[in-house]
Amino acid sequence: MAGLGNIKPTRMELSRLKKRRVTAVRGHKLLKDKRDEMIRRFVVMARENKALREQVEARLSGALSEFMLARAVMSDAAMEQALMVPAREVTLSFSTQNVMSVNVPSISVESISNVDGGVPYGFAFTSPELDGAIETLAELLPELIRLAEAEKACSMLADEIEKTRRRVNALEYVMIPQIEESIRIITMKLSENERSNQTRLMKTKDMLAARDAAMMAAQAK
Amino acid sequence: MPKQMAAIGGADAVLGFSALGLDARPVDDAQTAEQVIFELARAGTAIIFVTEEIAEQIPQTLQRYAAQPYPAIIPIPSGLQSKGLGLKQLKQNVEKALGADILFGKEG
Repeated sequence: MAGLGNIKPTRMELSRLKKRRVTAVRGHKLLKDKRDEMIRRFVVMARENKALREQVEARLSGALSEFMLARAVMSDAAMEQALMVPAREVTLSFSTQNVMSVNVPSISVESISNVDGGVPYGFAFTSPELDGAIETLAELLPELIRLAEAEKACSMLADEIEKTRRRVNALEYVMIPQIEESIRIITMKLSENERSNQTRLMKTKDMLAARDAAMMAAQAK
Repeated sequence: MPKQMAAIGGADAVLGFSALGLDARPVDDAQTAEQVIFELARAGTAIIFVTEEIAEQIPQTLQRYAAQPYPAIIPIPSGLQSKGLGLKQLKQNVEKALGADILFGKEG
């Protein structure tokens, strides 16, 4: 690998790179830990999410098909009239919860008011299927809300895990090897310079010694 | 104040939710649905239930709101049989997060 492109083989650059390597290695370790913990939480959440969804889907389909039947039996106007006043008034409180620095929604049901008897209309003009459908839907509502919360959290966490994994891999397989390669290049270059300097000095010393010896010999004659 | 929850989809599936105090918006085609979702999101609706038939047709819109905590757009089955869109999404998420589907592999 070619290191970080054009680098100056100086001591300053070397110490800068060494510092960067330390930071990169620490960051890599931290991100790896973050990824592992997020995956652990995600697995728990995903299991719960799956169970919730299966449960909700099974019951919701039932309720909605009942509702369809009711719609077929009743006239549109009667239906509209029956549903004009909601049977339940649900108040929710919304906030966000921080799961491994991902802000996931946190929804809690503050109150479900029950309009007396469960349905807001008289029984005279409505079909019994409608009562059942609304009853089931009302029972299902808290679970639907929990499903919404869980599903959103799961998908946001999945995104974040993917991002973190990319970062971890980028550090591990690109960034850190590049820095290390550059450090190696600089160290080699520096010691090469050192050696060439050494040889030059030795050579000069030899030359000086030879000249001195020649001069001494000349004087002796 | 806007309602906190809304349901979008075919009239058969959605009207029932209006009895529960949800903002029921019957829509027939994807384009209207996108517009309604946009409006609801702007108004600050927190949870939007979308029937699978509609949700299938508007992946980009669902994607757009995926990154922020609210609104949560949740596919729900309509009618008799669930198409499994919700579970499919969950499976995709698992694959995205773990690299392979190790949770539901056997069933899928």
